[in-house]
Amino acid sequence: MNLPTLESINLLAVLPVLIVFGWTLVLLVIDLFIPSGRKYWTAWLGILGLLGAAVALAVRFIDARGAAVTAFDGMLTVDGFSLFLQAIFILTAVIGILLALDFLPRHKIERGEYYILLLFTTGGMMIMSMAADLIVVFLALELLSIPLYILTGFARPRADSEEAAMKYFLLGAFASGFLVFGIALTYGGTGTTSLVGVFNQLAEGEPSRDLALVGMALILVGFGFKVAAVPFHMWTPDVYQGAPTPVTAFMSVGAKAGGFAALMRILIVAMPAVGEAWGMLVAILAMLTMILGNVVAIAQRNIKRMLAYSSIAHAGYILVAVSAAQRPEDAPLAVSAAIFYLLTYAFTNLGAFGVVLAVEREDGSGNLLEDFAGLGRSKPVLAAIMTLFMLSLTGMPVSAGLVGKFFVFQAAINASVGNPWILAAAIVGIVTSVISAFYYIRIILIMYMQEGEPQVVLKPALTVALALTALATLILGIIPAPVFQLAKDALLTLVG
Amino acid sequence: MKDWTFIVILSIVAMATPLAPILIGRLIGPRKGNELKNATYECGVETRGDTWVQFKVQYYIFALVFLVFDVEVVFLYPWAVAYNRLPLFGVLAGVVFVITLAEALIYTIRKDALRWI
Amino acid sequence: MDSLFALIPLIIVFPFSGVVIGVFFGRRLMPHKDSIGPGLVASILAGASFVIAVLMFIALQGHPEGVEVPLATWMNITAGDRVLDIPWTFKIDTLSSVMMLVVAGVGTLIHIYAIGYMQGDIDEQIAKRGFEGDEAFDFKRRRYSKFFTFFNLFLGSMLVLVTANNYLMMFVGWELVGLCSYLLIGFWFDDPVKGVYNSESGKKAFIVNRIGDFGMLIAIMLIFWTFGTVQFDDVFARAECMQAESQEACLTVSAGEAVHEEAEGEHGEAARPYLTPVALGKIGTVTLGVVVTIITLCLLLGATGKSAQIPLFVWLPDAMAGPTPVSALIHAATMVTAGIYMITRSNVLYAMAPISGTAVAIVGAATALVAGTIAVAQFDIKRVLAYSTISQLGFMIAAVGLGGYVAGIFHLATHAFFKALLFLSAGSVIHGMEHGHHHAAHHGHGGDDPDFDPQDMRYMGGLKDKMPITTWVYIIGSLALAGIPPLAGFWSKDEILLDASLNNQLVYVLLSISAFFTAFYMGRQVFMVFFGRARTEAADHAVESKPMMTTPLIILAALSVLGGLLNLPGLHSLAHWLEHSVAHAHTAEFNISIAAISTLLGLIAIGLSWLLYGRKPVEAGQADPLRSTGPVFTFLNRKWYWDELYDTVFIKPYVWLGEFLAVTIDWKFWHDFVHDRIIGDAFRGWGAILSQPIDQGVVDGAVNGIAQLVDGSSQELRKTQTGYVRNYALAVALGVVLVLGFLAFRFLM
Repeated sequence: MNLPTLESINLLAVLPVLIVFGWTLVLLVIDLFIPSGRKYWTAWLGILGLLGAAVALAVRFIDARGAAVTAFDGMLTVDGFSLFLQAIFILTAVIGILLALDFLPRHKIERGEYYILLLFTTGGMMIMSMAADLIVVFLALELLSIPLYILTGFARPRADSEEAAMKYFLLGAFASGFLVFGIALTYGGTGTTSLVGVFNQLAEGEPSRDLALVGMALILVGFGFKVAAVPFHMWTPDVYQGAPTPVTAFMSVGAKAGGFAALMRILIVAMPAVGEAWGMLVAILAMLTMILGNVVAIAQRNIKRMLAYSSIAHAGYILVAVSAAQRPEDAPLAVSAAIFYLLTYAFTNLGAFGVVLAVEREDGSGNLLEDFAGLGRSKPVLAAIMTLFMLSLTGMPVSAGLVGKFFVFQAAINASVGNPWILAAAIVGIVTSVISAFYYIRIILIMYMQEGEPQVVLKPALTVALALTALATLILGIIPAPVFQLAKDALLTLVG
Repeated sequence: MKDWTFIVILSIVAMATPLAPILIGRLIGPRKGNELKNATYECGVETRGDTWVQFKVQYYIFALVFLVFDVEVVFLYPWAVAYNRLPLFGVLAGVVFVITLAEALIYTIRKDALRWI
Repeated sequence: MDSLFALIPLIIVFPFSGVVIGVFFGRRLMPHKDSIGPGLVASILAGASFVIAVLMFIALQGHPEGVEVPLATWMNITAGDRVLDIPWTFKIDTLSSVMMLVVAGVGTLIHIYAIGYMQGDIDEQIAKRGFEGDEAFDFKRRRYSKFFTFFNLFLGSMLVLVTANNYLMMFVGWELVGLCSYLLIGFWFDDPVKGVYNSESGKKAFIVNRIGDFGMLIAIMLIFWTFGTVQFDDVFARAECMQAESQEACLTVSAGEAVHEEAEGEHGEAARPYLTPVALGKIGTVTLGVVVTIITLCLLLGATGKSAQIPLFVWLPDAMAGPTPVSALIHAATMVTAGIYMITRSNVLYAMAPISGTAVAIVGAATALVAGTIAVAQFDIKRVLAYSTISQLGFMIAAVGLGGYVAGIFHLATHAFFKALLFLSAGSVIHGMEHGHHHAAHHGHGGDDPDFDPQDMRYMGGLKDKMPITTWVYIIGSLALAGIPPLAGFWSKDEILLDASLNNQLVYVLLSISAFFTAFYMGRQVFMVFFGRARTEAADHAVESKPMMTTPLIILAALSVLGGLLNLPGLHSLAHWLEHSVAHAHTAEFNISIAAISTLLGLIAIGLSWLLYGRKPVEAGQADPLRSTGPVFTFLNRKWYWDELYDTVFIKPYVWLGEFLAVTIDWKFWHDFVHDRIIGDAFRGWGAILSQPIDQGVVDGAVNGIAQLVDGSSQELRKTQTGYVRNYALAVALGVVLVLGFLAFRFLM
């Protein structure tokens, strides 16, 4: 057996994630010496580290020119796809920190570990997007999940936060079990855990293909849980409602993107040979997810719960794109649509949660739809920004959401030739988008049409986060092409 | 279908293995109960009082910290044995591992987790 | 590529940053009542745009063939085998350079003029509303900054229009300037007296332009359908390619030197273009000639809307409801010339469709004549200029229709100078009149006429002693417009007449007659406004405007005198400049007899106006001398009854149709008859028990059913969310069973 060398490890290629982890470990010690009450230092230092990682990422992007390399002896793949997703994760983490900066002291739960855990889970996501081996996928998933369990319970004295953490942990462990079982069966079927190996074995049509097929289904279940796809979504509303709002915002974007990153890499890169099978499964899950998410969201009176169901529904739209990638020739367009959708969703959803944060009160109340009444009059700019986010989530013009949906459905319809399942999923997607307008626009109506005295606390960090997300939502809605070109160039590759 | 045959066989065996001793024991074992035999812990000390006593949370923290440093040895032993045959990266990996663990120790100390209250 | 070209995005960045500044800081820029902060910032940014335009002009000297500077990809959509690729790319060539210079240059001067004008205009509004103190200050601050925000927005939008390198981006600019026009016409929508009229005028402009835009959109879609692209160069290259080859063979052609030259060489023969079939989806095939003719006619419809030609010109006279700088900038110098620019840009297409070219020329000439005659019988100083603008736009349209692109653009430029000058001077006159009116009212002699209108020429007279600068520049502008040598208007108008005389005698005759009317109504206006004796107290007390306003007037007057230098006969500097970007540009040689005839016509007309208005000035209360023509004057005064005609032909039937649909069909037939009589009575006849659920159930249920279904299932599904982890885990497990079951059923068995 060849021992790994510095060349095969290729540290430069994975420099961004090394910076995140290395800096986090240093920050953990620094934080010990930062007096409580000054924990915003930790936060800003965390952002500094993320910016460093972003610079490394940009350098890597310019350096690589679209070429893909492996790192850690083939355990990680650094390609355009992973770079694009890492950019999403870093962005999400920066905004996640900005959202929490004022929130934590206001709710008297300011502890430096918040930022450290956030950075750890970000690192997990980044590894997730690069994982080229099923074992690494599992490791990354746990690295992503465990800090999130803790973060969910971060508002410790509050019972609903603790309850949410417990639920999330138990169900997460349960789902991880399925994932590991799926990995085990895949290994049993193909005799390897590396994605390249799996691809080769399946391409040769080994007699043990059926075993791998079952393994694929169970892996799909494991990730279905992570991305909150129906019927593995039940934890979502409870956890989203109970978790501290900045965590919810971060989780709803980051964890979902992380889950999709690994899911897409496993299914599209390693298992195109059984593409018909998983494509159909994913299409069905997508339909169920979109229908249930959008329909149940209508009945919610709590905005965090509503956004939880909305996030389930959006997972469905991305699943449509995943299902459209089942044939290798359709995959590039579908994958770029999916990651572009993730980007638009990241900005829009983080922004929407930012507005929720501004309206939320110290005792954890202020999350009902009625609490937004009168916002249009008392805070016109905030209401306008919320309107933009809601329109973007619906998929209305001049917002990123429309463009994201457009590309996803375009990819789906392109791929639907001879595959009625994808076509059905696309049609369900379009119909449920219309249904979704009902509950998104209801918020706008409540803000502008109902009388009320919302209590809004808008601190600088939150304002910066809102401005960033609103601007990005608007710009991606008006001039999507440059960024979409990046997504198009972000190829998902099989290197080994 | 070959795989499935194996899976079915495996499932049957897996279920049969724990069930068989129970059934066999029940079928052929003699049943002569006495006080001692019917006790909850046949070969242990009879419990006293309520089992729902509260432990100090520090027991768990200590246990966790112990576990971390215990597992360290498991990793470091093979590393130490193969040390002189490892490439540079192998050495660095071990060093990083040790530093990370040391950091965990600093963290626990700084958080007063090792002071028994 | 010259590195200067890279600066081009700044030309729109400057005005748009002005918009941002205006929106967020506009009011703060005005610390006290007489501060001109917002106007100054807007003017400086407009000036910066002009500097960029000049730099582009300089850079083009070295690269007359022009360059394209990409800024961003706007959209890129794959539709079947075609790619709809719309970049936001700046096209800098000699044609767009001329437009940039005119738009930014004249725009800057008008910005500067508006700094002073709007101060007075807003003060006038404040006086009308009786605002005092802080209220007045707040009002002024708000409106002053708002005006310049809109003004900068317009300038930026217009520059987007002229720098676009494809039809869709041009359409974006086209719509944006339409929006600005609407906003600025109705700027005083809350005027206590004329507010309703102002906002109605804005709406009229907007709605009439929609008809033209409809044509534009159809044309753009047809262009994409036929040529598979909307970028100017590619469209033209493919169009020329298709004259020889099939559509498929040409769809990949891109603008290159080779194609261009080759196609130009073939153009002389032009034997085959009409026979090349174009596949129109599944409808069938038509020949290229037909498609291009339809495209160009649709483009013409767009041009008639924006450039106020028959049949869509009716909005422009009402657009004078906006403040005078708006009339000068948008409705005389720049926006309304967009149609001419667009047709010139599409010259390759028009060259392929001679029928459309003739149609364009006839429309232009007819408009020139009709508007020219109407202008003769108007009393509102700005309305005369408005009809004059329509008439002059008709000249340009006629020129480009006949292929005289150089003449059209030449006249566009000179007209921008002298018409902006005339409007701004008219604004100065109005300003002076308002001032005089206040003075008279203040001193209690005769200024209390409730019908007083500072724009009505019947209330003016003898202003030449009160407002000397304005008078002189106005006379210069009028002479230029009348086409008297050696002023700018003479050279450009002569060139149009020359083109017309060579190509189409009918157009030539029509244009010559309207040139005669042009000179006549301008003479009438000058004599009525500036000469004779003051007919009201207001006119008697009018005063000259501030230097802030008169300086741009003097600059524009100088341009009106010297504008002819752009393209003097024999030199043809503009023609040589434009031939790099307008493939079908041509210039006829100067013809002394044409020039002599037009000059003679102009002089006769001015003489005639002196006979009627100058020799014996009209006194207060006296009827206009032209009244003696009786019904003819009324006919012209009522603008040939165009508005009435449209009212009868379009609006009344439309309103009637609307009422018919609403009252007769919907209410009487559908509601009363179908619902009440058939559904209601029939079911009531069947029995009270049945009728209630069915009437409400069927009719309302059909509408509400789906909503209820969704809402109901939503409420039901919600109940599965019990909150117990065990139930959730069970759901996951069930999901696993389902997934595996499906897999086993579908793929393993």
